[in-house]
Amino acid sequence: MKDFSEYKNVWVFAEQRRGKLMNVAYELVGRGKGLAEEIGGDTKICAVLIGNKVDHLVDELYEYGADVVYVLQDELLEQYTTDAYAKVMTDAINEYKPEIVIYGATHIGRDLAPRIAARLNTGLTADCTRLDVNVANYIDYLETYTTASLTGLDRNDDSKGLKQTRPAFGGNLMATIVTPNTRPQMSTVRPGVMDKRERIPGAKGERIDVKVSIKKEDINVEILEVVKAAKEMVSLTDATIICSGGRGLGDASGFELIRAFADKVGGVVGASRAAVDAGWIEQSHQVGQTGTTVKPHIYFACGISGAIQHLAGMQTSDIIVAINKDPDCPMMHLADYAIEGDLKKVIPEIMALWDVEEAE
Amino acid sequence: MDFTYSREQQMVKKMLKEFAETEIEPISAEIDEKAEYPYETVAKLGELGVMGMPFPEEYGGAGTDYLTYIMAVEEISKVDASHGVIVQTHNALCCWPIFTYGTEEQKRKFLPDLLSGKKLGAFGLTEPNAGTDAAGTQTKATDAGDHWIINGSKIFISGGGIADVYVIFAMTDKSKGTRGISAFIIEKGTPGFTAPKHENKMGIRGSIAAELVFEDCCIPKENLLGEQGKGFKIAMSALNVGRLGIAAQALGIAQGAFDKTVAYMKQRKQFGKSLDKFQGPAFEMAEMKTRIDGSRYLLYDAANRRDRGDENPAAAAEAKLACSETAMYVTTKAVQFHGGYGYIKDYPVERMFRDAKITEIYEGTSEVMKMVMDGDIFK
Amino acid sequence: MKLVVCVKQVPNTNVIQINPETGTLIREGVPSILNPDDANALEEALKVKDANPGSIVTVITMGPPQAKEMLQECIAMGADDAILLSDRALGGSDTWATSNAVAAGIRKIGDYDMIFAGRQAIDGDTAQVGPQIAEKLGVPQITYAKEFTIEGDCVIVKRALEDGYERLKVKMPCVVTAIKELNTPRYMTIRGILKGAKQEIKVWSADDIGVDKETVGLKASPTNVFKSFTPKPKGAGITVEGDTPKEKAANFVADLKAKHII
Repeated sequence: MKDFSEYKNVWVFAEQRRGKLMNVAYELVGRGKGLAEEIGGDTKICAVLIGNKVDHLVDELYEYGADVVYVLQDELLEQYTTDAYAKVMTDAINEYKPEIVIYGATHIGRDLAPRIAARLNTGLTADCTRLDVNVANYIDYLETYTTASLTGLDRNDDSKGLKQTRPAFGGNLMATIVTPNTRPQMSTVRPGVMDKRERIPGAKGERIDVKVSIKKEDINVEILEVVKAAKEMVSLTDATIICSGGRGLGDASGFELIRAFADKVGGVVGASRAAVDAGWIEQSHQVGQTGTTVKPHIYFACGISGAIQHLAGMQTSDIIVAINKDPDCPMMHLADYAIEGDLKKVIPEIMALWDVEEAE
Repeated sequence: MDFTYSREQQMVKKMLKEFAETEIEPISAEIDEKAEYPYETVAKLGELGVMGMPFPEEYGGAGTDYLTYIMAVEEISKVDASHGVIVQTHNALCCWPIFTYGTEEQKRKFLPDLLSGKKLGAFGLTEPNAGTDAAGTQTKATDAGDHWIINGSKIFISGGGIADVYVIFAMTDKSKGTRGISAFIIEKGTPGFTAPKHENKMGIRGSIAAELVFEDCCIPKENLLGEQGKGFKIAMSALNVGRLGIAAQALGIAQGAFDKTVAYMKQRKQFGKSLDKFQGPAFEMAEMKTRIDGSRYLLYDAANRRDRGDENPAAAAEAKLACSETAMYVTTKAVQFHGGYGYIKDYPVERMFRDAKITEIYEGTSEVMKMVMDGDIFK
Repeated sequence: MKLVVCVKQVPNTNVIQINPETGTLIREGVPSILNPDDANALEEALKVKDANPGSIVTVITMGPPQAKEMLQECIAMGADDAILLSDRALGGSDTWATSNAVAAGIRKIGDYDMIFAGRQAIDGDTAQVGPQIAEKLGVPQITYAKEFTIEGDCVIVKRALEDGYERLKVKMPCVVTAIKELNTPRYMTIRGILKGAKQEIKVWSADDIGVDKETVGLKASPTNVFKSFTPKPKGAGITVEGDTPKEKAANFVADLKAKHII
C-alpha cells in the first residue's frame, strides 16, 4: 500500500459558465461533503472556482456546504479553454494535493478531466452515478439495488478508498471502479444524480486565492464565437422522453395538453395510430408498427390502450408510464407505473410537480 | 467443399443488411402502395457498386463472383423484393448480355454507365402472344441498309419506361422460326419507342412493369447485339443467368417473411402464452426453416457452378423452382401465423405474400423449370 | 494530408441483453461493430481525403486479433491503411494505459496532420481516450465536434455544448473527437469490400511501438474494476396509489425522484 498521507481533502470542480454556477456544482459539493465526513479525520470539502470576476460565487459555495473555496481568477480564464483550465487546475492539484477530485460530467467536465488525469498520470472514472467511501453503505446499496455478489466485502472494513460506481455497455452493466495506486482519485459525476444540500444563508468558509501562472501562449485554441442555440427539434428516435397520446384523449384538442406536457418534461410528442387516423395529429408522430419504433428513457402512454401494433413500437422503453381510465387494458399491464385516472386531470398534476434540471 | 462464407461475402451481407434496413425498409410500404419506382435508393445502390457487382472492374464493375452477387440480391430481397428484382434484372438481363455478346465498342459505350448505376437496364422479350413460347415473337426488325426499323410491342417489361438501355428481341427472319430472332440494344428516347402503360400488379409494385411500343423505331446498325439470328440463344442464356437472381430474390422473400414471423410469434400472446410456445405452429416453423435452408444450398451450389465455369441450366432451373416454391409456402404460412394481423398492410408479411407469387412465373415459369430439369434427368 | 483515425471494435450494446437469472450480459450472438462515434470520425477523415486527393487515411486500433475484421471494414469504407496494436502486454488497459499505447502507435505512424477519434465508445462510455491521447502527444484537443472545416493550416470546429455550441479555431495537428451530428458515415462499397477483405493489416506489438511496458496493461492501469454487476431486473410494474389525481401524481413523481429517474 503506497503512502498517500500527504493527500488530503475532497475537491469539487465548481463549474461555472458566464458567471453562473452549473447545478451539478452544488450537487457535487453536497455529495462531496458527505464523502469528507465518511473519510473523517479533518477532511474538508473544497470547491475549486476557476474563472474571471467570479467573486460573487464564493459565498454561494459556502452556503451549499463548501468548507473551503479555492479561487483561481484571471482574464484568460474567463472563457473555458482546455489548455488554460487544465494548466491551472493541474498546478493547483500538484500544489495542494487533494486525495479526491470530482467534476460534473458536463461537456466541459468530460473535456477537462481526462486531460488533467493524463497529465497527472492518475486514474479517472467517468459518469459516476454513485460515490462511496463508507463500505457498509456501499454494501447496502449492492444488496438493495443490484445483483452483485457480496463475497470479499466486510462491513467493518474501514479503508478510505473511493468506490466509484458507473454504468457501462450502454447502461446495461454497472461497474465499481477504484484507484488504489495513484492520487488524486478523480471522477466525473452525472448531473442530476447527486443531491445538493439545503442552502444555509450566511454560511461562511475559508477562501484561498490561488496565484495562477497562465500566459496567452499557453492557450492553443482561439474561441471565435459562443452561440446559445434554442433546443433543436429532437426526433422520436433520439428522444429521451416521449409523451404519447391515443384515443383516450377524446379529440384533437387533447394534443394541446400532450404538447404542454412534453414541453414541461423536455419530451417529444408521440401518438398511437388511432389518434393519427382520427386526424388529431400528423403521421410523423406515430409510434408503432407502421410508425416509428422508439426506445426512450420514459414513455408516457396517455389514453393508449396498447394494441399489439403500438406495443411493437415502444415496448423496449426503459420506463413505461400508462395513464388510462381502464385499469385492465394491455398498456396498463405492461407499464412500470400504471396510473388509473382521467388523463386530463392527472397530467396537469404531474406537470405541477415536475422539476426539470436545465443546463444552467 | 467449403460451406463457410468468405470474408468478402460476410462483409457484403453485413453492408447490404444495414443498407436495406436503414435505407430501403422505411420506404418499402410506400413504394408498394403507390407503385412508385425508388429512384433514390437505386441510385445509392449504384454508388455502392451493386448495380454492376459481378462484372470486371475494367468496364466499371465491382468484380465479385456470381455467388457473392447472389447473396447481395438475397439480402436486399429479405427487406424488399421490388429492390431485389430491380437490381437483378439490371445486372443479369441487360448488363450480362451486353457484356457477354457485345462488341468491344458496344461494351465501352454502354457498360460503364450501366455498371455504375448511372443508367438503368432492362430486357424486352415477352410479348402478348409470346410468353413461354418465345418463338411466337412478332416484333419485327427490318434491315433498312444503314439502320434497323423496329415495329411491335412488348409487355410486362420490368423497368419499362424507366430504364435507359434495353436489350430487345425482334424477328429478323420469320421463315427461320426461333433462329430468325435477333437481339438489339435500344436506348430510351429513341423516336418511335414509347412505354405508354404501367401495369397495376399484385406484387413487387416498386418495380415498374410496362408495355413497350415500337412504331417505325429506327436504331443504328451497330446496335445489333451478337450475331443475327442468334437472338433466341442470347435470350435463353440470359434467362439462365437471371434464374439464379430470381431464385435469390425468392429466397430473400422467404427468409424475410420467416424472420418477421419468428419475431411476431415471440411477442404475440394468446391463452396466456406467446405463440412460439404452441407446438403446432412452432413445429411448422421448423419445417419452414428446413425448406428455406435446403433451397439456399441448391441456389448457392448453382451459383458456385457458374463461377466454376459450369453454366448448368438444370441446376439453375432447380434452384429457381425450389426457391420460388419455398417463397410461396413460407409467405403463406407467415401470413397465417400472424393471424388477422397478417392480412392488413401494417405488417410486411402481407406484402411479402403478394410479392412471392411472381417468382413462380417470371424469367421462366415453374413449368419451364421442370421441362429444363426433365431434359437433363432423362437425357 | 496524413490523417489518422482512432477506432474501436465494440459489441453492439444497443442490442445486448441481460440474462435475467444470472444478471450477466449475454455476449454470445451480439454482433461486433465499428463504434458509432468512430464511424463519424472516419467519415470526416474520408471527406477530408475526398477534398484533398492524395491524402492518406490510416486507422489505428488497440484490440484483440478479432479487431482485424473491423479494420477491414474501415478499409472497405475508404481508409488506406490499417494498424492493429495487439500484444498481451496491452491487455486489461484502462483509458490511461490505452492512451499511452495508442499515442505510441501514432508517434510511430508519424508526420500526421490531423487525428480524428470518436467521442466515446458504446461499451466503455468514458469519452476519455481521445483527450488522453491528445495529452500524451502534446497536441490540442477539441471534443464534441459537430462541424469541421480546414482553413489553411488550421481547423475550425463547432463544438457542441448542452445549450448551444462554440466555434473554435486551432492549428493542426490536433485531436478532434466526433459526435453523431458531425456527418452521416458512408457504407462500405463492393469494391472497397474486395480490397478490405484482401488487405494485409499491420499488427504492431508493444515493442514495435516502443511504449514503456510499465505504462500499459492491467497492472499499470491506475483504475481497476472492483466489481461489476447488473441493476436488479425491473420486475412487475406498480399501480400508483392515491385517491385523487393529485395524490396519484404526487406519489408517482415522488417515486421517480427517489429513484433518481428525474
